[in-house]
Amino acid sequence: MVEHRRFGNFLPHLVLLIGVAIVAFPVYMAVIASTHDNAVIANGQMPLTPGTLGFENYWHTLTAGTGRTTRAPVGGMMLNSFVMAVGIALGKIAISIISAYAIVFFSFPFRMTAFWIIFVTLMLPVEVRIYPTYKIASDLHLLDSYAGLTLPLIASATATLLFRQFFMTVPKELVEASKIDGAGPLRFFKDTLLPLSLTNIAALFVILFIYGWNQYLWPLLITTRDDMQTIVIGIKKIIDVHDALTEWNVAMATAVLAMLPPVLVVITMQRLFVKGLIETEK
Amino acid sequence: MSEAEAFAGKVDAVSRDSHFTDDGKLAQPRDLAVPAPAQSPVESRAIFSGKLLPYVLLVPQLAISLVFFYWPAAQALWQSFLVQDAFGLSTEFVWFENYAELFTRPDYYHAVGVTFLFSGVVAFLSLSLALLLATMADRQIKAARVYRTLLIWPYAVAPAVASVLFIFMFQPGLGLFARALQASGLDWNPILNGAQALILVIIAAVWKQISYNFLFFLAGLQAIPKSVIEAAAIDGAKPWRRFWTVVFPLLSPTTFFLIVVNITYAFFDTLGIIDTATGGGPNKATETLVYKVFQDGRLGADLGGSAAQSVILMAIVITLTAIQFRYVERRVHY
Repeated sequence: MVEHRRFGNFLPHLVLLIGVAIVAFPVYMAVIASTHDNAVIANGQMPLTPGTLGFENYWHTLTAGTGRTTRAPVGGMMLNSFVMAVGIALGKIAISIISAYAIVFFSFPFRMTAFWIIFVTLMLPVEVRIYPTYKIASDLHLLDSYAGLTLPLIASATATLLFRQFFMTVPKELVEASKIDGAGPLRFFKDTLLPLSLTNIAALFVILFIYGWNQYLWPLLITTRDDMQTIVIGIKKIIDVHDALTEWNVAMATAVLAMLPPVLVVITMQRLFVKGLIETEK
Repeated sequence: MSEAEAFAGKVDAVSRDSHFTDDGKLAQPRDLAVPAPAQSPVESRAIFSGKLLPYVLLVPQLAISLVFFYWPAAQALWQSFLVQDAFGLSTEFVWFENYAELFTRPDYYHAVGVTFLFSGVVAFLSLSLALLLATMADRQIKAARVYRTLLIWPYAVAPAVASVLFIFMFQPGLGLFARALQASGLDWNPILNGAQALILVIIAAVWKQISYNFLFFLAGLQAIPKSVIEAAAIDGAKPWRRFWTVVFPLLSPTTFFLIVVNITYAFFDTLGIIDTATGGGPNKATETLVYKVFQDGRLGADLGGSAAQSVILMAIVITLTAIQFRYVERRVHY
């Protein structure tokens, strides 16, 4: 603040609190709905305070799901989401870090070609090559498998670019020193570069976990069986906007469960999250 | 996590130390001398001389890129030049006929219109609201971090899940806002009313994106030197004027970057929102270009036309990415 104001910081705080309220309100409503009986919600009589059926609703959602549109229990969907998110995050980090290592620390024919091949994938998101990609995945028998959920998504130009940028700041002296110590390229990678990259890896993991957990289009295409679907696509089948018989309490409990892991990751690892977000956008 | 960070921090410090002792370089044998650095920054780093190893390291990434990115993209491109007969028995190479045909279809123009309206409104609203909140948070040096925590978490909510939250509140007959709107005499029903359906998906898309924009705006605002603002204040500029003549222009690299990111988001990442909330309806009122590719392909009728649509989207992504990267070059100098 440059000058003193008569009302102090009242206005900024007011605006920010309204902002926080707007952002939080939809989630509050979902939490409330997940603790009530569906009949109360369906006839529009849901109060704005929590009900008493919270435990029951969540237990039912996790272990049974809805009895109607999709029969898979949400607990299983969460497991699928978790496997997919961790698989995508670890897979992307693993293949990106080694390809960035090759590009930065080695000299070989077609190095720049390899770099550009990776770079251009940035311009080919799933959305623009939906069905041909689906066809390849199905030809490779990847439908309804964890490999199918993760493998086609783990090529990552962003992560490779991030590691490349970071590796280029590693001082040359460090490489020379480990060469003097008799370390070959693999030893240098394992003993020097990997420990140096830990913060970057952790930040990237946070971002990629969220990215993987929140995938929509690809799991929708690649899974046909109810027991293979992820929670983000499962929720769509639980609510049916045209159907008056949607079990809203189960749907909202599912929404809360779908938000919980990635939101917790953001809040508990905020510093890494912010770092990852800003670095990957460079 | 904290352990890993602390460790990395330590190593970081070590590496910085070695950077500072540049002139006290370790005596190095001649045969280990690094090749002279070339112009390209990539070139100057090449240090190890493995013949096979670099290729082995690149294989996983390149294989996945070629199999799941290039091959399907090439197929989409190829199919966009083909026409298949009704039974899928014969195909004919027709050059740009599929594209020409696409641009005669009113439903395609309709999707173009919906996409521009949707993206424009989503980008404008989420950027404006985020800028307002970031400006307010920037004034509260102490509380800024608390507000940041309270405002950034929706980034982690999947678009489809954000959509579900808003569907619930706006569901005719039972949602809180739907009942309020109906009580006020408005015939609220996004299931039947196209304009209302579009408003619903816009609200959900904006809600989801505010956190991202807020984070980047706040970082941008905090990077502006306070002395510049003080100088303007001494010249007698009031806060409102200071914002528009000093702060906003200095923030323009962030704003420009965010505009590109938001348009990309509205084009591509909102598919989950639309599919969950409206399924492109009612009567295609919420059918964006990306959703149309998804929908037309699912029906599986017109392969060539659907592929042509994909190729046009590819061109859009390439343009947006190119703009973003050209801008990033500038930001480095800034």
